[in-house]
Amino acid sequence: MNSTYIATLELAAGAVLLSAIMTLWRRNVRSIVAMLSVQGMALAAVAIVLALHEHEHALLITGCLVFLVKGLVVPHLLRRVSLLDPRSRESRPLVNVPASLVFAAALIVLSYVVGTRITSLSPSSATHLAPLGLATVLVGYFMLVTRRRAVSKIVGLILVDNGIALVTFLLTSGVPLIVELGSSLDVLLVVVVLQFLMVSMRRHSDTDRLTEMKALHD
Amino acid sequence: MLILAILAIPFTMTIISASFAWRPWVGWTSAASSAAFLGLGIWLSVATLSAPQWALHHSFRADSLSAFMVVVIGTVSLLATLFTPRTMHQEITSGVTTARYARHYVVLMQVFITCMLSAVLTANLGVLWVSIEATTIATTFLVSHRRTDGAFEASWKYVILCSIGIALAFLGTVLIYYAQLHAGGPVHSSSLDWTSVMSLAHHLDPNVTRLAFALLVVGYGTKVGLVPMHSWLPDAHSQAPAPVSALMSGVLLTVAFYGLLRFRAVAVAALGPAFPRALLLVVGIASLLLATVMLIAQRDLKRMLAYSSIEHMGLLAIGAAVGTPLAIAAVLLHILGHGITKAVLFLSSGEIYHLEGTTEIAKISGLLARRPTLAGIFGFGLLSLVALPPFSLFVSELTMARAEVDAGLWWVVAISLVCLSVIFAALTRHARQILMGARVEGTLPSSLSSSVAVPLITALVACVALGVFSWPLQSLLTHAAQGVMP
Repeated sequence: MNSTYIATLELAAGAVLLSAIMTLWRRNVRSIVAMLSVQGMALAAVAIVLALHEHEHALLITGCLVFLVKGLVVPHLLRRVSLLDPRSRESRPLVNVPASLVFAAALIVLSYVVGTRITSLSPSSATHLAPLGLATVLVGYFMLVTRRRAVSKIVGLILVDNGIALVTFLLTSGVPLIVELGSSLDVLLVVVVLQFLMVSMRRHSDTDRLTEMKALHD
Repeated sequence: MLILAILAIPFTMTIISASFAWRPWVGWTSAASSAAFLGLGIWLSVATLSAPQWALHHSFRADSLSAFMVVVIGTVSLLATLFTPRTMHQEITSGVTTARYARHYVVLMQVFITCMLSAVLTANLGVLWVSIEATTIATTFLVSHRRTDGAFEASWKYVILCSIGIALAFLGTVLIYYAQLHAGGPVHSSSLDWTSVMSLAHHLDPNVTRLAFALLVVGYGTKVGLVPMHSWLPDAHSQAPAPVSALMSGVLLTVAFYGLLRFRAVAVAALGPAFPRALLLVVGIASLLLATVMLIAQRDLKRMLAYSSIEHMGLLAIGAAVGTPLAIAAVLLHILGHGITKAVLFLSSGEIYHLEGTTEIAKISGLLARRPTLAGIFGFGLLSLVALPPFSLFVSELTMARAEVDAGLWWVVAISLVCLSVIFAALTRHARQILMGARVEGTLPSSLSSSVAVPLITALVACVALGVFSWPLQSLLTHAAQGVMP
């Protein structure tokens, strides 16, 4: 029983990081969005496995919520945004794909170095996996910095958020339910806001302006 | 009861403004609602002097610090909402906006105000985070209200940068929660409550707390406008309509700063004063230096005011770094003085933009001869901003400097003094161009409507009154400062 629990937890947490790295590897926006959907479901699996093991009803609710919001709704919204965009490929990333993957490997090492200082506080099979969450956060930031397209920036933001959620589940079995509800709602709204802004900007001016963003400066 | 009433007023106003089409009376009602919760906020301040107030099964908690923040939010909201009917009228007649967007604007303003109030009144540090993140969502639409390229660009940068910044603050909050669980904290919904975190703060693991506090400083620092995550601020503040800029600069920044004040107390209890002080000094001084450099060669009026906000937020961070009760009391007085002054300046710059059609400093000149009342208000606002006596910012900056000397931080006083002198010179030069530059021929002197002049002049008088007689606030300020002492 216990070994199945650990194996499932490791598998699900590993899937979160793996799908984050896949988003760096893939260029087609549709497959990136599919990866995000997988990631949201893996994240929900982590929460549900933990909840069943520790008999935490609040975490079970959180898991179902995560499945709905991060596994289904957010990817659906992003898919709609990507349909608006004629060029659905990340054409000129600031760091090319092979180099990005090397960077991602370095970020994973870094998060293990930082993470062990945190996990040593209360070692358990769950907290030992927390560096995977930190690595997902760092991959998300890397994506935000090195990808130019607006959709890629949104994807980076979601990666950061999913990584933080993974750390939260593994370290603390989830923050109080009211906070979790609030933060999920906020993430959902941020994606809606960004989608709205992309649509308005596209309607308002030509497509290329969006990526340049040079009207405001000192 | 009082807490619920304060939250219910802007919430009800949200529903009212959502259910009626835009009419000036909706705007005036929203101003009345701001006045109402300001009044209740003052009442709450008096009540918290004896004991913290609770509401809804300990979901909400108000100590003197929360009550003081309600008063700050109320004061600036009152000023900003008083200008709503006028701003909307101007924008609708000039075709910048339509009645439909005016309605969205009023609704979002009230949502924005409700979120800020819930941030300062919640008992839970997690809900504090949720509320501050929610302000980002409401204000994004307000920043993009004018629907120009610049406005969309500013709001895009604003959401992206603030969301990634505030995500770090969430990670920091989670780590505090983790440390608290390990220290034997309760595992139920009240576990991130301010009182329960503070009661265990001395037992939090130093390693985890150190990382958490660093994340919180960068995270909430993004919303405060502190270096290194400040770059959204000048764009957003210059593109938003004037009342929105007034609210964002006057209170939103300091509501996020309120979060930092709370977590500073936790960090000092767990780690001792050295680490939080070092971290806050670094971001504070860096923000002050950056603002100084950017203000020297600033060409745009609203961006100038935005960089001045970064300057004042830097001063607040330095004051919080010192962290003595005197320093925190000065920080709080500074929050109020800066809020009122910045609101006056943004609102009058909105008026200048409406009359002159530009906010470029080089294109506005001789305002004192052409529009004496408006120019006078703007000029006195700038005098208040550079902290000349008798304005309250002078008192708070002087007190902060005294607290820094008491703490042995002479070099900080020296750096601040140099920066403030350079900023004084820079702002005076810009002001001279705007107010007394070569007169543009062909425009006749025009008088300022009293609906503009009266609130702004009253606000400036209030700044002077706060500077000369800060005694009505003194007990509240010291009581509030005691509340965030470890």
